[in-house]
Amino acid sequence: MLKLFKNFKPFAFTVALVLLFIFLQAMTELSLPTLMAEIVDNGMMKGDTDYILRYGAIMLVVALVSSFCSIIGAYYSSKVAAGFCRNLRNKVFARIENYSLHEFDKLGTASLITRTTNDIIQIQNMIIIMLRFMVFSPIMCIGGVIMAISRDKELTLILLVSIPIMLAVMGFIAHTVMPLFKAMQKKLDRLSMVLRENLTGIRVIRAFNKLDYERERFLSANKDLTDTAIKVNRTMAVMQPVTMLIMNLTSIAIIWFGGFRISQQEMQIGDMMAFIQYAMLIMFSFIMVAVMFVMIPRAQASAERINEVLEMTPEIIDPAEESNITDGTRGRVEFENVTFRYPGAEEPVIYNISFKTEPGKTTAIIGGTGSGKSTLIHLIPRFYDVSDGRILVNGIDISMISQEELRKKIGLVPQSVLLFSGTVAENIRYGKQDATDEEVIHAAEVAQASDFIAEMPTGFETEIAQGGTNLSGGQKQRISIARALVRKPEIYIFDDSFSALDFKTDSLLRKKLKQETKDDAVIIVAQRVSTVLDADCILVLEEGRLAGKGSHKELMNSCEIYREIVASQLSEEEIRKYE
Amino acid sequence: MSDEKRQTMGTDRHKRGPMGGGPAGALSVPTEKAKDFKGTLKRIVRYFAPQKWKFMAAGLLAIVSTVFSIFGPKILGMATTKLAEGIMADYVFDFGYIGRIMIIMILLYAFSFLCGYIMSYIMAGVSQKTVFAMRNEVKEKLDRLPLKYFDGRTHGEILSRVTNDMDTIANTLQQSLSQLIMSVVTLAGILIMMLSISPLMTLIALVTLPLSAILTVLIARKSQLYFSKQQKALGKVNGHVEEMLTGHKIVKAFGHEKKSIAEFKELNEELYGAGWKAQFLSGIIMPALSLISNIGYVLVCVAGGILVVRRAVDLGDIQAFIQYMRQFTHPIIQTANIANIIQATIAGAERIFEILDEEEQSPDDNDARILVREDAKGEVCFEDVSFRYEDNIPLIDNMNIHVKPGQMVAIVGPTGAGKTTLVNLMLRFYELRGGRITIDGIDIAKIERGNLRGLFGMVLQDTWLYKGTIMENIGYSLGDAEPEKIVEAAKAAYADHFIRSLPEGYDTILNEEASNISQGQRQLLTIARAILADPPIMILDEATSSVDTRTELLIQKGMGELMKERTSFVIAHRLSTIKNADLILVMKDGSVIEQGTHEELINKKGFYEDLYYSQFAV
Repeated sequence: MLKLFKNFKPFAFTVALVLLFIFLQAMTELSLPTLMAEIVDNGMMKGDTDYILRYGAIMLVVALVSSFCSIIGAYYSSKVAAGFCRNLRNKVFARIENYSLHEFDKLGTASLITRTTNDIIQIQNMIIIMLRFMVFSPIMCIGGVIMAISRDKELTLILLVSIPIMLAVMGFIAHTVMPLFKAMQKKLDRLSMVLRENLTGIRVIRAFNKLDYERERFLSANKDLTDTAIKVNRTMAVMQPVTMLIMNLTSIAIIWFGGFRISQQEMQIGDMMAFIQYAMLIMFSFIMVAVMFVMIPRAQASAERINEVLEMTPEIIDPAEESNITDGTRGRVEFENVTFRYPGAEEPVIYNISFKTEPGKTTAIIGGTGSGKSTLIHLIPRFYDVSDGRILVNGIDISMISQEELRKKIGLVPQSVLLFSGTVAENIRYGKQDATDEEVIHAAEVAQASDFIAEMPTGFETEIAQGGTNLSGGQKQRISIARALVRKPEIYIFDDSFSALDFKTDSLLRKKLKQETKDDAVIIVAQRVSTVLDADCILVLEEGRLAGKGSHKELMNSCEIYREIVASQLSEEEIRKYE
Repeated sequence: MSDEKRQTMGTDRHKRGPMGGGPAGALSVPTEKAKDFKGTLKRIVRYFAPQKWKFMAAGLLAIVSTVFSIFGPKILGMATTKLAEGIMADYVFDFGYIGRIMIIMILLYAFSFLCGYIMSYIMAGVSQKTVFAMRNEVKEKLDRLPLKYFDGRTHGEILSRVTNDMDTIANTLQQSLSQLIMSVVTLAGILIMMLSISPLMTLIALVTLPLSAILTVLIARKSQLYFSKQQKALGKVNGHVEEMLTGHKIVKAFGHEKKSIAEFKELNEELYGAGWKAQFLSGIIMPALSLISNIGYVLVCVAGGILVVRRAVDLGDIQAFIQYMRQFTHPIIQTANIANIIQATIAGAERIFEILDEEEQSPDDNDARILVREDAKGEVCFEDVSFRYEDNIPLIDNMNIHVKPGQMVAIVGPTGAGKTTLVNLMLRFYELRGGRITIDGIDIAKIERGNLRGLFGMVLQDTWLYKGTIMENIGYSLGDAEPEKIVEAAKAAYADHFIRSLPEGYDTILNEEASNISQGQRQLLTIARAILADPPIMILDEATSSVDTRTELLIQKGMGELMKERTSFVIAHRLSTIKNADLILVMKDGSVIEQGTHEELINKKGFYEDLYYSQFAV
C-alpha cells in the first residue's frame, strides 16, 4: 500500500491543503463545546444575556468557518482521490498493454481486468475515506482529549476506563466475526458455484435425470450458508447496542463524578457539560478509526494486486539499436534449432525445431492436441522469446528489430476468434487503419465473407456486439481472416483458422488465398488432413518435436505418425486418390 | 481467485454505485425504481407470514429499546439541574437524589441494550431464514422452467438474482427494517421530549429542519447527475479494458497498443471529470448538514441561555435539549437512506419474483407411461414433426424419420441446419408445435420426463463437468457406481491412461471450469460417463470434435462395441467418421433433404455427395 502512495508526489501540495483544512475544521468544531461552556458558566449561571448573545455570535462564526473548511477539504480531497486514481489507472493500463503474452498469462485476463477496474476503485474509496475520516478522527480524538483535560484533568480518568473497555469489546467482536465472515464468503462462493454448474450443465443434468441430486446439493450449500450467516449476524447484533451502552454509561459516570467535583468547587457546571460532549467526540473517533481498520485489509489486498501489475516488467523488450540489415527478401521465416519452454516448466514445449518458409509457398503444421503447434507460431510475432536457437525473418534475428516493425510484417489469424465491438468494416480495418473501402471489400471477398456480410441488415456497417456474439463461429472466423488479409503482410499465420468453416467454404477460401499470397509466406496450423494436403511443406509435430517434414507424398512414405493421422481421417480410397 | 471472478462477472445492472462509498452514499447514488412497489411489497410480506410473531416481537422490542434510550438525556438533565440548583443554593447538594437518578439511568440503558440486542438477534434468524426459503424456491422454480427460458438469458443474470438480489433483501431485513422502526420512533420520541422541554426552542430547532432537507435534496440532485455521468464513464472504461484485455493477442499482433492506451486515457479523463465532481458533491452533504445543525445548536444555546436566565427552563433541560438536537439529524438522514435502500430491495425482489412467475414446462401426465429401461427396444419415430424456437422463424416442418431398434443414425449438414435441435426434441427439452415423436410406439409427451431422459445417454458438444473428483464425474450418471465399473467405462473411452497420469489419478479434483484438463480430455470423460450409464439409446453430438483424430479413431473402436446393440444418433462434422451408419440424415435449413446409407447417397449425386467430396477438394 505504501508503495502505491509514492505516486502521490504530484499531489503533495493538494494533500497538504486537505490536511490543513481538515485540521482547521477539527479545531473549530472542538471549540464549540468550550464556547458553550462559557455561555453556561458566565451567561446562564450569572444571568448575563449580553454575554450569551455575544458568545452566540462567536459560535455562529466558528460554525461557519468549520463548515467552510470542511467543504474546501472535500473539494481538494475529491480531486486528489479521483486524480490519483486516474493516474494510477493510466499507469496500470499502459503497463498491461506492454506485457508480452507470458506476463499476461501469468496473471490471467479476468484477474487483470479486475485489477484495472475494481481494485483501483477500492483504492479510490479508501483514499477518500482516509482523507476524510482517517485524518479527521485522530485529530478530533487528540484535540478532544486536550480539550477534555483542559476542562478537568481528574474526570479524564473516566475515559481511561471506558475507552479500553470499548476497544476490548470491539476487538473481541471483530476477532470472533472476522473468521466467520471469511467462512461466509466461501460458502457464498460455493452456493454460486453450485448454481452456476446447474445453469451451465442444465442439459446434462436434465438428460441424466439428476434434478433431485442437484437440488440436494443446492439445499445443503444454502443451509450451510444460512447457518453461518445467522451466526455472523447474531454476533454482530451485539455491536451497536453495546457501544451505545458504553457511551451512555460513560456520560452517567461523568455526571456522577463531575457532580462531586462541582460540589468541591473544583469545576464548573458548564465545564462538565462540555466534558460530556468531548467524551462523546473522542469515543466516536475511536469507533471511526476501528471501522477504518476493518477497511484497510480490503484496500490492502487491492493495493497488492495493483503493485503486482506495476512491478512486473515486460521481459520482451525492443533492442536498443534496431538492426537495419536485411537481405532484401520478403516472406522468409527461418527457425534455427529453436527450443522453447514456458518459464518454470520442466519440459520444453518446442524442442530443437528448424525449418524455412519461402515466399509464395505454404507451410502447414499438423499434430495432435498439445503437440505445440500454437506455441510454435506464437514465437514468430515474438509473443514469447525463444529459450534456445533463433528465428530469422528475412534474414534478421527477430530479437534485433522492434516488435512493432516485426508485427507489421505479420498477419495473424488466431485460433479463438476475437472481434471488437464496432462495425464489420471497422473490425476488418483493424488490420490496416488506412485501408480504402475497396481494400476492405476485397479482403472480405477473399475471406468468403462478402456473401453473409451482404445479407446483414446494413452490410459492412452492421455493428458487431462485443465478442462477436451476434455472429456464428464460421462468420467470425472469416472476418478475422479478412482482418489479416487487409493488412497485406509478408507472413500469414493461420492458427487452426478454418475449423469452424464447412469443408466447402474451407476449400474455396484456400483456393482464393493461394492467388492472394503469391509473394508471401503462408503458415497454416491445422487439425484436418484435408487442409494441409496441398501444402508445399508439412511439419508434423509430436510432443514438441519435429516428427516429419516434407510434402504429403513424402510424408506418407517416411512418417509413421503422419500416416496414422491421415488414416484416422481419410478412408483408404481417399488416400489412394491423393497418391 | 473465485472472488475475482465473481467481481468481473458483475456487469450486474444493479450494482449500487461502486464509487458511492461516502457517508451519504445511498443518498447521492441514483437508485432504480421498483415497477410495482405496493404489489411487490405485499408479496414479500407473505414470506414473513410463518415468522410473523417473531417479527412483531422484534418490532416491539425495537420500539421499547428506542423509547427507553430517549428518556436518557431528559433524566440525565434532571441530575444536571439538581447540580445547578446545588450551586445556586451555596453548594448544598442532594447526592441521594442524584444517585437515585444514576441508578435509574443505568437500569434504563441496560434495559434498552437488552431489548436492542434481542431484537437484532431475532431479526438475524428471521431474515436469513426467509432468504433461505426464497433461494430454495427460486432453485426449485429453475428446475421446472423449460430450456427456452435459459436460452434467452446469461448465466450471470440469473446468478446475480439468486446471490446479489437475495443479499440485498437479507440485509434490508436484517438492518434497514429495524433501523427504520427505530428512526421513526426516535424522531417522534425526540420531538415529544423537545416539546416537553420548551416549545419555543423546539420551534427554533425545527426551523433548521426544512433548511437541511432542502439543501440535501438540492445537493443530492446535482450529485446524482454527476454520479450517473460517472457511472456511464466507468462503464465505458471497464468496457474498453475488458475488450482490449480479452483481445490482448490481437492488439499486440496488429500493433494497436498505442492507440488503445490513447483511447483509454481519453475515457479515463472523462471518468475523472465526472468522478471528482460526484465525489465532491456527495462529500459536501455532510458539512452542509452539520453547518445547519451547528447553526441550530448555536441558536438553541443562545435562546436556551436566555430562557434559563429568565428561569423559564432548567439548565439540565438545556443540556438534554442539545443532546436531542444532535440526535435529531441522524435519524432523518438514515430514514432518507433507508427509503432508497427499500426501493432497491423491492426492485431486487421484483427480479426474483419475475423468475418465480415465469411459465413452467407442462407438468408430466398423471397417468404417464413408464418405459422400463431394460425392456426398451429403442425404436424412434418422428411423425410430421414441426418445431420452431421463435414463433416467426420456421425451423423444422413436417419431419418424418423412422429409426429401427439398434440402428446407427448419422445426422449431417451445415451449421444451423437443425441437427442439435433434433436431439433437443427427442429429450423433450422443447415442446413440439405439431406432430409427435414416439419411442417404442409411445408418444414421448406421455412419458414422464425423468423416465424418458433415462433412456438416453448423451455426449454433447459442450462438455459439462462439475467440481468434484474424476471418479464422481464419471459416476454422475449412476449415483452409486462401483469404482471398478467406472474404471471399466474410462478404459472403454480411452480415458484411463490420461487419468492415471494425473497427480491424483481418479481422485483428481476438477476445478470450477475443469480447466486443469484439456478440452479433448474433458470430452473423453463425458464419453466415459455416457458409457457407464449404459442406456438403450445413445446420442453423440459432436462428441469427439476436440479430440485429435488419432485418439478419435481409438474411441470409435471402443464405442463401436458399445453402439452395436443399441440405437444411436451421431452428429458429426467429419463425414469420414459416420460412413458406416445404417441411416444418414442430411439436413439443411431445418428439414431432412436426403436420407439413406453412404453408398446410396453418394450414388444419388446430391447435396451429400457434394458435401462429402468438398472435404477433399483442393
